[in-house]
Amino acid sequence: MSAIYILWLRELKRYTRSRAQIVASLGQPLLYLLALGFGLGPVFKKAGAGNYLQFLAPGVIGMSVLFSSIFSGLGLLWDRQFGFLKETLVAPVSRMQIMAGKTMGGATVAVIQGTLVLVICLIAGFRPAHWELLPLAFVFMVMIALLFAALGMAIGSGLQDMQGFQLIMNFLVMPIYFLSGALFPLAGLGVVMRYVTKADPLAYGIDGMRNVFGSPLAAFDPRLDFLVLAVLGCLLMIFGAYRFSKIEA
Amino acid sequence: MIHVQNLVKTFGSFTAVNDVSFNVAEGEIFAFLGPNGAGKTTTIKMLTTLLQPTSGSIRLDGLDPLKQQNEVRKRFGIVFQDPSLDGDLTANENMEIHGVLYHVPHKVRKQRTEELLKLFELWERRNEQVKKFSGGMKRRLEIARGFLHTPRILFLDEPTLGLDPQSRNQLWSHVKSVNERERVTVMLTTHYMDEADRVAHRIGVIDHGKLVAQGTPREIKDSTGTETLEDAFLKLTGSTIRDESAGSADQMRQFAKMWQQNRR
Repeated sequence: MSAIYILWLRELKRYTRSRAQIVASLGQPLLYLLALGFGLGPVFKKAGAGNYLQFLAPGVIGMSVLFSSIFSGLGLLWDRQFGFLKETLVAPVSRMQIMAGKTMGGATVAVIQGTLVLVICLIAGFRPAHWELLPLAFVFMVMIALLFAALGMAIGSGLQDMQGFQLIMNFLVMPIYFLSGALFPLAGLGVVMRYVTKADPLAYGIDGMRNVFGSPLAAFDPRLDFLVLAVLGCLLMIFGAYRFSKIEA
Repeated sequence: MIHVQNLVKTFGSFTAVNDVSFNVAEGEIFAFLGPNGAGKTTTIKMLTTLLQPTSGSIRLDGLDPLKQQNEVRKRFGIVFQDPSLDGDLTANENMEIHGVLYHVPHKVRKQRTEELLKLFELWERRNEQVKKFSGGMKRRLEIARGFLHTPRILFLDEPTLGLDPQSRNQLWSHVKSVNERERVTVMLTTHYMDEADRVAHRIGVIDHGKLVAQGTPREIKDSTGTETLEDAFLKLTGSTIRDESAGSADQMRQFAKMWQQNRR
């Protein structure tokens, strides 16, 4: 138990110590929020779909949680390169505990990051319709964070170099983001897009937040969002733990 | 204490360790010598549960590293060939994580951390981030960390690489004293033959994955008819230079170094 705690704490310390990184990682969501939020807002309104900023905010929050959590898992690559991974692998602690500590640490950091972006969204003019449901929004944030931190761990366990990292970024992380309906409504899409977006786990996380915030154009039932995230999250954690247990240094 | 029998490790068609057998008695200092790419590190990785052998058997303190992983891991400490510290954390925090991972009780951990950091002259800088340390200081910290949980066996994989003579001397005198005081069994690799000659009770020479000689430094010198261990080593392993292909890890490390320099 204490091993999980100390590895969780390590992730948190590393996060709070890299101030430059915190600011840098807020840049991208901020850009999406301001450039798209205010840029596409008028068109969105003209199409009769309501306020784009209210629609976009959960998407941008989901984005920052996605990036932050999946990177923490892929951070295994850095641990491998800088050698710290070996220190944990030879320790008399089960791989399960190491994996749990790292995943929870990464997820915690991602939720903090998501909260920061939520605050920025509020400053930019985002107004949730149901304040009292705010804790539920955090539940969704935590579920997104855990799911993608576990996915990151599963991938990071097999990653050997920087090239692989780019590959994952361009062919997995970015598609997950763009196809999640973070930027556009999922209703009324063509057949192919409808199925592709339904296969994207982040879609359910962002949709869940839209539901609890009372943002316009939520696509699914919030209970479905919750169920998909919970089931898939558990499966990915098992898969991540399995992949992590197979690492040879 | 360490018992290795017909150990083999192959990577595809390449045989890194080929039918190696040796024993290290309790309280002994055993030096494992060989040119680059001879199979030293691969052997140590198998002994320390990081790699699975292709065939052969290993016993550490009577335990099988394959089946009783955690029991085995509790019994040894290791200083890796390449760094394994977390640069974003302080010296103290690196020690703390290690202590927790090895189930060292809180009080003992604090006390031993202080002892060890003082011994390796890092106590004044315990609250500084490790990335600000010099190469020698990092090395000393890693060695101090290896001692934190009072291991029965200590693996040192080229621990003196990149250290100045002062630090090297200090390191070996400390290793020797722990070996005598706590009867810790030590298995080390090094490229400095004089160190091996001075410190080790027994030596094994490995080349192309095969153990080519074994015995006390005296025996090895006598059997090859040479004056120094360095000559004996060259006689046993030839004088051709070995090329090790740089893996992706080395490339990344180089990249990381450049990156850090640019940031300064």
